[in-house]
Amino acid sequence: MPEKIRITITVNDVLHDVLVEPRMLLVDFLRESLELPGTHVGCEQGVCGACTVLVDGGATRSCLVFAAQLDGATVRTVESLASPDGTLHPIQRAFPENHGLQCGFCTPGMLMATCELLEHSPAPEPGEVTEALGGNLCRCTGYQNILRSVGAASRMLAAEAGTPTLPVSTGASA
Amino acid sequence: MSTIERGTPTDAPETVYRWIGKSVPRKEDPKLLTGRGGYVGDLTVPGMLHAAVLRSPHPHARIRSIDTTAARALPGVVAVLTGAEALAHVNPMTAFCAEPVPQHAIAVDQVRYPGEAVAAVAARDRYIAEDACALIEVDYELLPPVVDPVEAMDEGAALVHDTLDSNVVFHRCLDFGDVTGDFARAHRVIRRGVRWHRMGAQPIETAGAICSYDPFDRFMTVWSNTNFHNFLPWSYAGMLGVPNNRLRMIPATVGGSFGSKHLINKVINIAGALTKATGRPVKFLEDRLDNIAANDNVGCDRLYDAALALSEDGEMLGLSLKIIDDYGAYFQFAHGQHGNALSQPTGPYRIRSLRYDVSCVLTNKVQQGFFRGAGADPGNFVLERLVDAAAEELGMDRVELRRRNFIAPEQFPYKVPTGNVYDSGNYPAVLDRALALADLEHWRAEQERLRAEGRYLGIGLATCQERSGYNASEWWFLYDQPPLGATSTPESVKVDIDATGNVRVEIGCPLWGNSPETVVSQVVAEELGIDPADVAVGYADSTTGAVSAGPGGSRLTIMLSGATRGAATTLREKMIRIAAHAMEIDASDVECADGAFRARGAPGTSMSMADVAMRAHLFMHDNPAGESSGLVETHTYDHPYSTPPSADRTDMGVFYPMMSHACHIPIVEVDPETGVVTVVKYYAVNDCGTLMNPALVEGQVVGGIVQGIGAALMEEYRYGEDGTLDTPTFREYLLPSVHEVPEIVLEHVQTPSPFTEYGVKGAGEGGRLIAPTAIASAIDDALKPFGARVEELPMTPERVVAAVQSAREARR
Repeated sequence: MPEKIRITITVNDVLHDVLVEPRMLLVDFLRESLELPGTHVGCEQGVCGACTVLVDGGATRSCLVFAAQLDGATVRTVESLASPDGTLHPIQRAFPENHGLQCGFCTPGMLMATCELLEHSPAPEPGEVTEALGGNLCRCTGYQNILRSVGAASRMLAAEAGTPTLPVSTGASA
Repeated sequence: MSTIERGTPTDAPETVYRWIGKSVPRKEDPKLLTGRGGYVGDLTVPGMLHAAVLRSPHPHARIRSIDTTAARALPGVVAVLTGAEALAHVNPMTAFCAEPVPQHAIAVDQVRYPGEAVAAVAARDRYIAEDACALIEVDYELLPPVVDPVEAMDEGAALVHDTLDSNVVFHRCLDFGDVTGDFARAHRVIRRGVRWHRMGAQPIETAGAICSYDPFDRFMTVWSNTNFHNFLPWSYAGMLGVPNNRLRMIPATVGGSFGSKHLINKVINIAGALTKATGRPVKFLEDRLDNIAANDNVGCDRLYDAALALSEDGEMLGLSLKIIDDYGAYFQFAHGQHGNALSQPTGPYRIRSLRYDVSCVLTNKVQQGFFRGAGADPGNFVLERLVDAAAEELGMDRVELRRRNFIAPEQFPYKVPTGNVYDSGNYPAVLDRALALADLEHWRAEQERLRAEGRYLGIGLATCQERSGYNASEWWFLYDQPPLGATSTPESVKVDIDATGNVRVEIGCPLWGNSPETVVSQVVAEELGIDPADVAVGYADSTTGAVSAGPGGSRLTIMLSGATRGAATTLREKMIRIAAHAMEIDASDVECADGAFRARGAPGTSMSMADVAMRAHLFMHDNPAGESSGLVETHTYDHPYSTPPSADRTDMGVFYPMMSHACHIPIVEVDPETGVVTVVKYYAVNDCGTLMNPALVEGQVVGGIVQGIGAALMEEYRYGEDGTLDTPTFREYLLPSVHEVPEIVLEHVQTPSPFTEYGVKGAGEGGRLIAPTAIASAIDDALKPFGARVEELPMTPERVVAAVQSAREARR
């Protein structure tokens, strides 16, 4: 077994200084090592998008990245969106209000893909939305309500007194 | 509590409810939105090991030997089991067939499909377990693969199971009504060969289980995403080799099923064998390769030789279906998907006779399980293909041909030739609504305009049934000797009102991606005059829950409504008696509304539900004589209308009577050169009786339509001639993405069921039951200038090009 690699990685505002096996996938690191089960594993080959997280603000398939590649990176998962007091993020409010989820298994990936989209393009054109979500499979909803949810989230974020409204990393707090 | 504002136009039933029929926000959502779903993959148990499975690369082979020495020696590996070794701990998997087709979760001596398990490993983590699998050496003696179902029927074909004389594991031909006479009398007989290829449910979450066996207490605990923990727990107990009173099955949230997770015997069996072998909890969660290759994912794989007999003026007389169905390597669920199809083989039409000739054939492919539609999906496809062909051959308008053969609204309840009864419907109203919705004038003009540009737009139309509420006799009634009795597929709900008046409901089904918490909250709120937001809902495990068959066959909302209403009504009546006694008035003068019990006509005289509940719990002496304390009621709701089949099987009885209906009109564009079909727009009008929750029904129907687009255009298990699975991942087995989805416009007609509480019918499968055949019709319409016709699904680009090519050649 090759030696473990030391990384520092910030996940949902918490700094971790850890040793990881070189082959440990980011998604397994998040789920197993950090006990953050919200990021789901669907296909393990980058097709379904269920495992989408934000790495340094970019939507990333966590099943295609090794944790060891992310020394110094900042990762956000679905667990970062809501506040501990139970207040949902606007994107998390838009999805249920438009019945944009059923079984919920693809939902964390959809939410994080939406998060990236709206951080970069607060009022996206329909084509931008389908492009952003084109790599996230949902087997339940037929997508129509997901598209409505993204539109509603965009409007809710805009209405909440301008951007930025998304949680912004405040740095390490190991 | 507010409701979702956006709704779909509906014909609302006359009865006015406070909560039934409202788009009440979904109770299940918050945990799913925040990463707290509690799927089986999210659960851990102290000391838990992780399993991985080694699978056969060959479709058909004898296992000469398996050497697990190196795997066992790998640090971190705790146990390795071959199929023979697993049998020291568990029994073969439960099978619902009468034929001698035994099936092991890990193959013993012989593998019969590519991907069949040959060994399982339990290790400290999944990485090590997979490393160990790579160290197992299997010596295979290759056997000839049986791939083509028609060739498999030949007398000289290699046998998939040598316990059978033939690969035709089951054959039966049944006549319902005077089908011979109807075909003899027919003016015209329309014949078609139709092919429905093998597809799979492919939920984004795979199947999984954690099994934990305590060897000292001899007690097994199972966390899993099965549906049958409160329906058939004893069958798992038998498989796991423990008594049922020493088995606790705990439901996890399920990340989609679409029929594929009813039993999940393989994962439970494998995790069960490994926990018994190690004395430690073991999680086996399939990865995607496991799931596609070996789960209970696969739907029908049928060749139809079909004929429809018509009179001169277009009256449909009789239907004949000769079917070869490729079941794959095992017969675990027997021929239930044909029983299912017999609920509605003649569709919404007054066809009076049917010949149903089915051959179930075994080949070296993963065995069929269940997938949304459950056998009625290709049934709708073949029938609507025949109806479209009849319109063309008779020179009749396809809409008018359907209309003139519809069962009329006043003919319900209507008995179809197989004996099943349709409860209610208004098919002309649905058709008219769909025709008005689809703006056909615009699309015909658009079609003409585009044809001038060399582009091919097509307008499809299908009018189909969605049977709902099964009673399970279709699993066995094609046998003369039933291996099971006739069940009423009961569903149970417990309503518990505490001493402070708070309501908690416990349901026996799991959360499978549908909305059981929301539905039971709406019903309790309706019956007790409270807000659905105030109702807490929990899931019963197999040691606390009463019998529950859970979701399946579009039954859950029907059955949960009945069970919840039964329990809530009993508790309401009890509280009314207690309140009336306390207020010293007659019980008939007490009304229950807005969380209080009030004297009718005397607004000042009332008691809160909390006051009544406290009395009911603790103060028997203040209550009417003979009233026991407590406010807990479990109600088991049996299927509202089912009858057993006749002994001679000329009448299968009433087994699927709540009959939803829909008319779908898709608009597609077909590129005859590349074969690409684009769904441009999709109109649907549905009648599933009273809409319990319009937003949630819309979600089910639209989601089903998109799965139907997959069935029509892209989804298929493909095998090479050597039996290799050519679609082992989502890179080859294609699912619709957001790019394949048009705008879907949905409206409803509401014809309440006379048999169910509130008049609800099923809506879970209709989208997928109807969209494939509707899209086939649209492709036909687009390709009319070429004379090409759709006779198989999915119509992949290759098949579209081939159909256009052969039509061109035929015209030369």
